[in-house]
Amino acid sequence: MELIEKMLNGDKRACARLISSVENNSNEAEDIIKTIYPHTGKAHVIGITGPPGAGKSTLTDKLVKLLRKKDLRVGIIAVDPTSPYTGGAILGDRIRMNDLALDPGVFIRSMGTRGYLGGLAKATRNTVKILDAFGCDVVIIETVGVGQSEVDIVKAADTVVMVMVPGLGDDIQSIKAGVMEIGDIFAVNKSDILGAQRTATEINMMLDLSQNLERRPPVVMVTASQNQNIDKLLEEIEKHYIYMKENDILEKRRKLNIKRELVELVEEELRKYVIKETENKGEMESVTLSLYTKETDPFTIRDILLSKIK
Amino acid sequence: MSKLIRVLIAKPGLDGHDRGAKMIARALRDAGMEVIYTGLRQTPEQIVAAAIQEDVDAIGMSILSGAHNHLFPKVIKLLKEQNASDILVIGGGVIPEDDIPELLEAGVGAIFTPGTLTSDIIKYLRENVQ
Amino acid sequence: MFDQEKLTKLSEEAKNWEEKVLNKSLSKAPESRELFTTGSGDEINRLYTPEDISDLDFMEEIGFPGQYPYTRGYQPTMYRGRLWTMRMYAGFSTAEESNKRYKYLVEQGSTGLSVAFDLPTQIGYDSDHDLAEGEVGKVGVAIDSLADMEILFDGIMLDKVSTSMTINAPASVLLAMYIAVAEKQGVSADKLRGTIQNDILKEYIARGTYIFPTEPSMRLITDIFEYCSKEVPQWNTISISGYHIREAGSTAAQEVGFTLADGIAYVEAAIKAGLDVDSFAPRLSFFFNAHNDLLEEVAKFRAARRLWAKIMKNRFGAKKPQSLMLKFHTQTGGSTLTAQQPENNIVRVAIQTLAAVLGGTQSLHTNSKDEALALPTEDSVRVALRTQQIVAHESGVTNTVDPLAGSYYVEAKTKEIEDKAMEYINKIDEIGGAPRAIDAGYIQQEITDAAYKYQMDVEKGDVIVVGMNKYRIEEASPKGLLRVDPIVGEMQKQKLRDLKAKRDNDAVATKLEALRKACEGTENVMPLIVDAVKEYATLGEICGVMREVFGEYQQNVML
Repeated sequence: MELIEKMLNGDKRACARLISSVENNSNEAEDIIKTIYPHTGKAHVIGITGPPGAGKSTLTDKLVKLLRKKDLRVGIIAVDPTSPYTGGAILGDRIRMNDLALDPGVFIRSMGTRGYLGGLAKATRNTVKILDAFGCDVVIIETVGVGQSEVDIVKAADTVVMVMVPGLGDDIQSIKAGVMEIGDIFAVNKSDILGAQRTATEINMMLDLSQNLERRPPVVMVTASQNQNIDKLLEEIEKHYIYMKENDILEKRRKLNIKRELVELVEEELRKYVIKETENKGEMESVTLSLYTKETDPFTIRDILLSKIK
Repeated sequence: MSKLIRVLIAKPGLDGHDRGAKMIARALRDAGMEVIYTGLRQTPEQIVAAAIQEDVDAIGMSILSGAHNHLFPKVIKLLKEQNASDILVIGGGVIPEDDIPELLEAGVGAIFTPGTLTSDIIKYLRENVQ
Repeated sequence: MFDQEKLTKLSEEAKNWEEKVLNKSLSKAPESRELFTTGSGDEINRLYTPEDISDLDFMEEIGFPGQYPYTRGYQPTMYRGRLWTMRMYAGFSTAEESNKRYKYLVEQGSTGLSVAFDLPTQIGYDSDHDLAEGEVGKVGVAIDSLADMEILFDGIMLDKVSTSMTINAPASVLLAMYIAVAEKQGVSADKLRGTIQNDILKEYIARGTYIFPTEPSMRLITDIFEYCSKEVPQWNTISISGYHIREAGSTAAQEVGFTLADGIAYVEAAIKAGLDVDSFAPRLSFFFNAHNDLLEEVAKFRAARRLWAKIMKNRFGAKKPQSLMLKFHTQTGGSTLTAQQPENNIVRVAIQTLAAVLGGTQSLHTNSKDEALALPTEDSVRVALRTQQIVAHESGVTNTVDPLAGSYYVEAKTKEIEDKAMEYINKIDEIGGAPRAIDAGYIQQEITDAAYKYQMDVEKGDVIVVGMNKYRIEEASPKGLLRVDPIVGEMQKQKLRDLKAKRDNDAVATKLEALRKACEGTENVMPLIVDAVKEYATLGEICGVMREVFGEYQQNVML
């Protein structure tokens, strides 16, 4: 494909077009990924997540400026929620990254969470692949840390930074339940605000209580708006990456993600197939009826449906 | 399902009056579009770079300071230079009627002056985005 | 406020009236709408009676003019003593052109000058900066250095006029230039009268011409407070502005609530910087909008006056009466003007003028009919000024103080706006004050929500805007609009080149270095800025030094 050729040669417009293709799950999407797949796997993928208003975009902006000083090429995927009522979205993360817009070594893409058929995680994963193939040394996925789909996205990252801020009240407690475990590094942003130290202490206490941690995540106090301690945060990110590589954890994690992706792809196809099979022939109704009247049981029906595939 | 329309809404120049831009952004969202909002003080270069990376279908710019005759054509020119002339450009703000023919001539798709209903802008975008 | 027995009787009579008179009428001819609302979308009752204001204490809440809580105005005689200042905001193109317009306005009876600066000046860039391209001289006059300022006020003695300057982030620099021009005229700083807007918080909220982050911006403001209290004692050091908050789409109550919350933040910052509240509070002034809903607007102005007096007295313990008085400038609402049938705007401006005058304004700018299309022409500015003069001399509303006081509706509405504004202030206090509330996006979000609701109401036809969504006509495009010659940008650039070749560049560098040191430390920066402008350091150079030391503000947009 001509677009892929152009993209591999560094054409931003072509790269953007390819991203739209995979984002829209167009007919060409699979071919695109097939073609570029050998070019992927080189980038360090960093997930940045945290509650709304934590200052993730500002933090990303400052982090990227440091990465650029090291002459690394950076891709950014900024995910914002789509309105469930209208299907539209306002994607405003670029507001805090305007300085980066003209940097030839930076590519920023805003994404709405949409009602993706194949799942948001799939769309983001494929966008990461394109940016990876495009030559980005680092790909940052920035997303609000609420809801399972967002957690799924950042799981695909090599390093996950959880951004927290003081003054969110009980939120740390609620976040702990689902999202806390995925943080490799914790950043307490707006550390100039009263209560930042307490937030950091709370996180530290919680981490101390957690068992089963391969590596105890560090907690870094930053003030992104004033560019304070961002270098420390980057240092921790780099340390984490090196640690993962040296202890073969990176390979393990990536293999795990590949398996997860594969299972999801197969699941998706299976689901489509079964739905098509049953709905096309009006079979769904009769099967449901036979289950309703207890003539048969769901496991038997499952085996019948699956046998048709073979 | 029809394709999701993506629009970049930008405030070029130094003008800080962003009520109109914000209203349009919300209205487009509520019409089911994806709006990339870039905030104040955007240079034409920044606007075009963002439009290309975001692969938008259209750019909407709002200017109330009178700098439209300079800024709109500059964006069009940069789009041309970067082979992105297919991106539709629309403008709004305090723009005298007399200036409009020249802006359209330069390649602006449409100019919406004060009093325009957001529904008219939505209709225009739906009809004119390929 | 009323006799309890009479109130009980009245309540019975009201019920009687409803049953016997009202319901009969309604059954024959129902009202045209289910819900009647103010311009801000608040519900209005069919009828107001003494019952609606029964819990108002006359002396505590209404009282006498020139006396706490100043609900009825801050002077005892109001317009019987002296009319408000008719102050027309003007400025465009070069200093030479604007100077001509000022002289014209003074000849036509304008009693105060009001300077509009172009956007590069307001954002601290010289005319030759990349970002100034296309903007020089467009929305106001371009001022790059003291040389431009000397031309701007050429032939206008600064001890004879009061001058208002709409300048915020670089307010210190423009004030320094004004002081320097006066000195050259032989006028000492203590004779200068006027106002700088100097209100950075509303720039973050609504207007957008910010430069520096919150903390150094607040420091610049308190430096000005301190400097002026000693050197320029008649100068209004800040004009805390609700105007732009309303233009951004807020309601009337939000306009009062958010503006006074900003005011509280400035007072707190100054007290924290070690100033005595009564040393600077008398020089605080306010700036409000006047929209079309006449009675709601009158109530708004009265509510703002009363609430500020209470805040200054109770929260800050101010002692001087002048510290408790909310004095304000008004501008008619730019966003209420339509591009369609621009003549209709003259009528809107007349209603808004009445609102401001009945609300007790100290000065007023009336918009011109063509401002939804371009900068106003001289002719349309004259009509706008005449509108004020007609209200002043022909309408009769100036002959008695606060004529709408005692109206059951206006008093009830005044109380309602005061209460709602106080709720916003309480909410902002909970967040940690106006700067934090802006940082958290709370204020912006509230305004954007109100603006969007209004926009949708207009589109649905629930709100009627004459000539725009009703009574539209086919009309030819208006002719004879004012245009700023694009050559202005080139002329300013040439002036800058000449200036830099002519001035003592070593002296400039020394003064800028001294300013940098002061910025890095805690010393008051005003005297150093005055020194720098006198050596013809440019606005861009001075703001450039401050940008390097202070950094730049990052906008927080709420959609």
